[in-house]
Amino acid sequence: MPGKTYVQTNINGEHVDFLCEPRQSLLECLRDVIGLTGTKEGCNDGNCGACTVEMDGRIVTSCLVLGVEAEGKEITTIEGIADGSTLHPIQQSFLENAALQCGICTPGFIVASKSLLDQNPDPTEHEIRFWLANNLCRCTGYDKIIRAVQDAAVKMQEA
Amino acid sequence: MKWIDYATPHSVREAVDVLSEAGGRARVMAGGTDLLVALRAGVYDIDLVVDGKNIPELNEITYDPTNGLTLGAAVPCYKIYGNQAVATAYPGLIDAASLIGGTQIQGRASLGGNLCNATPSADSIPPMIALNGTANIAGPNGNRQVAIEDFCTGVRQNALGSDEILVSLHLPAPVANSGANYIRFIPRNEMDIAVAGAGVSVVLDNGDIKEARVSLASVAPTPLFVQEAGDAIAGKPANDETVRIASGIARDAARPITDMRGTIEFRQHLCEVLTRRALNTAIERAKENN
Repeated sequence: MPGKTYVQTNINGEHVDFLCEPRQSLLECLRDVIGLTGTKEGCNDGNCGACTVEMDGRIVTSCLVLGVEAEGKEITTIEGIADGSTLHPIQQSFLENAALQCGICTPGFIVASKSLLDQNPDPTEHEIRFWLANNLCRCTGYDKIIRAVQDAAVKMQEA
Repeated sequence: MKWIDYATPHSVREAVDVLSEAGGRARVMAGGTDLLVALRAGVYDIDLVVDGKNIPELNEITYDPTNGLTLGAAVPCYKIYGNQAVATAYPGLIDAASLIGGTQIQGRASLGGNLCNATPSADSIPPMIALNGTANIAGPNGNRQVAIEDFCTGVRQNALGSDEILVSLHLPAPVANSGANYIRFIPRNEMDIAVAGAGVSVVLDNGDIKEARVSLASVAPTPLFVQEAGDAIAGKPANDETVRIASGIARDAARPITDMRGTIEFRQHLCEVLTRRALNTAIERAKENN
């Protein structure tokens, strides 16, 4: 059996090193090895988007990335979105627009939404819906999430 | 997932050596969006994942109006449609690259991986067949080229030997008055597996079809190249009647099964409709591309 691999990476702006088995996904490494449990496991096959993180500037489903692939990468998880105890405007908008109920999908939606607004500060509703099509929510019916992202876009442009 | 080991070769030569040593107990990973799901499901009995993303040739994306497109096997979809020169030259390829999965999947999934995964429903294979693509394969005895239509040999089976690696895909440069399109039918607006799909290309000459290629997804054990559909309309005027002839041949060439996504009859009907619509779009694009 292969042993564990030593991985050095950057998570939320901080150097992190960890040991993992080559078969472990980045999602498992984040949650079970590093202890960053904000990233959620939903389907574990890339369909639901609950485990979305940003890796080298592009959102990915961390269940479909091996932990060993994190070597030398820059990763942003939901824990890296707020500024200390000050919520990011997207997080604030999700609360104000009641864009979550059970909350399992929320970290993935927020990481994906931030990535959209970083690249496209004033997206159309159509662009928001297509960008977030890889994130599933079984509670809200999506409309409140879309309104929250639109609201956040306005707040961020005013800021 | 069962125990696996992981290798990150930094050259094609090194990858071929690692694969040779593994004696068929390894698979190459590009984006991993199919492979990791398949490994969790126990589809492949392997001991080693060979990550291709650190090999320079697998990350190449080079377009030249004379020599065409060289697309490294691990280049993710978003880098393909994000490349303005490539997007302008190959809208028929972009049709597929921009509808595989959602944003997250497109951040990792590659057309090389889509090809090697070799499912009948792979969205990028019909347009690559229609665009006359070839696969550039490296092995212990050097490189060889395989036409995309000959690459898939069965459901999840491909032409690669166990010691070979897909390095890149090549598409010839688009000629004047040419156009291509890929469309599929899915029951929702996006993020689904094709019930059927059609990838086509045409070259026009003074209002006639000079050349056409038609390929279908999800209606046979492999992506299907329907050569006779294109051949039958070469030299005919680019009009509704000609498009109907090719669409009918595509419908008759389909060999679908009935499953949870659609019946044989429905899929045959889809082949006709999708081929007709894709040809009409390809002809429109060809008229704009002069």
